[in-house]
Amino acid sequence: MNATNSTNDLGERLRFPDTTDGPDVGSLVDAALRRADAEGLVDVGWVVEDTPVGPLTLAATPVGLVRIGFGHEDLVLDELASEVSPRVVRLPGRLDEVRRELEEYFAGRRRSFDVPVDRRLSRGYRRIVLEALSREVPYGRTVSYKELAERTGNPKASRAVGSAMATNPIPIVVPCHRVLRTGGALGGYGGGLDTKVWLLRHEGALLG
Amino acid sequence: MLPPFQSLLDANASDLHRFLVAAVGRHDGDDLFQETVIAALRSYPGLRHADNLRGWLFTIAHRKVIDQARRRVRQAVPTADPPEVPELDGDAVVDAELWDAVRRLPPKQRSAVVQRYLLDRPYAEIAAVIGSSEDAARQNVRAGLQRLRQEVTR
Repeated sequence: MNATNSTNDLGERLRFPDTTDGPDVGSLVDAALRRADAEGLVDVGWVVEDTPVGPLTLAATPVGLVRIGFGHEDLVLDELASEVSPRVVRLPGRLDEVRRELEEYFAGRRRSFDVPVDRRLSRGYRRIVLEALSREVPYGRTVSYKELAERTGNPKASRAVGSAMATNPIPIVVPCHRVLRTGGALGGYGGGLDTKVWLLRHEGALLG
Repeated sequence: MLPPFQSLLDANASDLHRFLVAAVGRHDGDDLFQETVIAALRSYPGLRHADNLRGWLFTIAHRKVIDQARRRVRQAVPTADPPEVPELDGDAVVDAELWDAVRRLPPKQRSAVVQRYLLDRPYAEIAAVIGSSEDAARQNVRAGLQRLRQEVTR
């Protein structure tokens, strides 16, 4: 910098701050959000976890696990902001227990999930169906859309069961991959059919 | 409809931190940064619309700078801060004298100057942040620069 004209280029000098070192902004944000969480200000905390079926976005309210999205967070966060609360922030600590149970599940050491679940994203009949699914179709078993409809006392509702599965906010933990077409055809899956096949094979429900 | 608070952080956390460190120094800047994030998250759901969220966030930060300046006045201690030793940052000698002078500006001028030069913001946005008209924002930038010219010797 030239000392003779420097007072004239103050504006130029003001583009360069005098402190650049120190904790990075990311860790300051994390610390602030942990404090905010302690004050009850985080309505939805999320994290992205790598798994054998690809990255999963996990999100939890103070009540429990509210959403598992296949892939990265981009789409899921907008949905959570409009459906639950705009106070949506990355808060890995809130998902520690969920991550641990998923890791055990994917390692073949866990057959059912114990983490609390927040079912607020499912309403009405869809919620009834998803609750029946969690209750009645264990690891390694499958059921048809029609059978699941029957188990909710509504034997003609297989289409509604289909849409409940298609909109399941908490796949894997609420095991919609265990629901197949009558006769054993795979049907659909939000995470892609490859993922559905992977999960069913992993559970030993599908051979070959 | 309000976007997830996360998207505000992704878009603005870095500039917010630069702004606060420029305005109050590294140590207090880190503290005010956390306070700003928490205060913003607290009042976020009460916002009626999603216009100019960046301006809203920096307004909160600007108020933190004002609060800190008031606390400083109340607790004023006669001992001077130890002079900062200029650090080498690549080839450039860090401009400690200039930034010390920035941090002695009245908060409105300080925020205006930092927003204008460090963050390259338009006057309309600076006006929103410091809660003034656009003319007053220009005035604050001019007055701040004038004072810096008087105080900075080289």
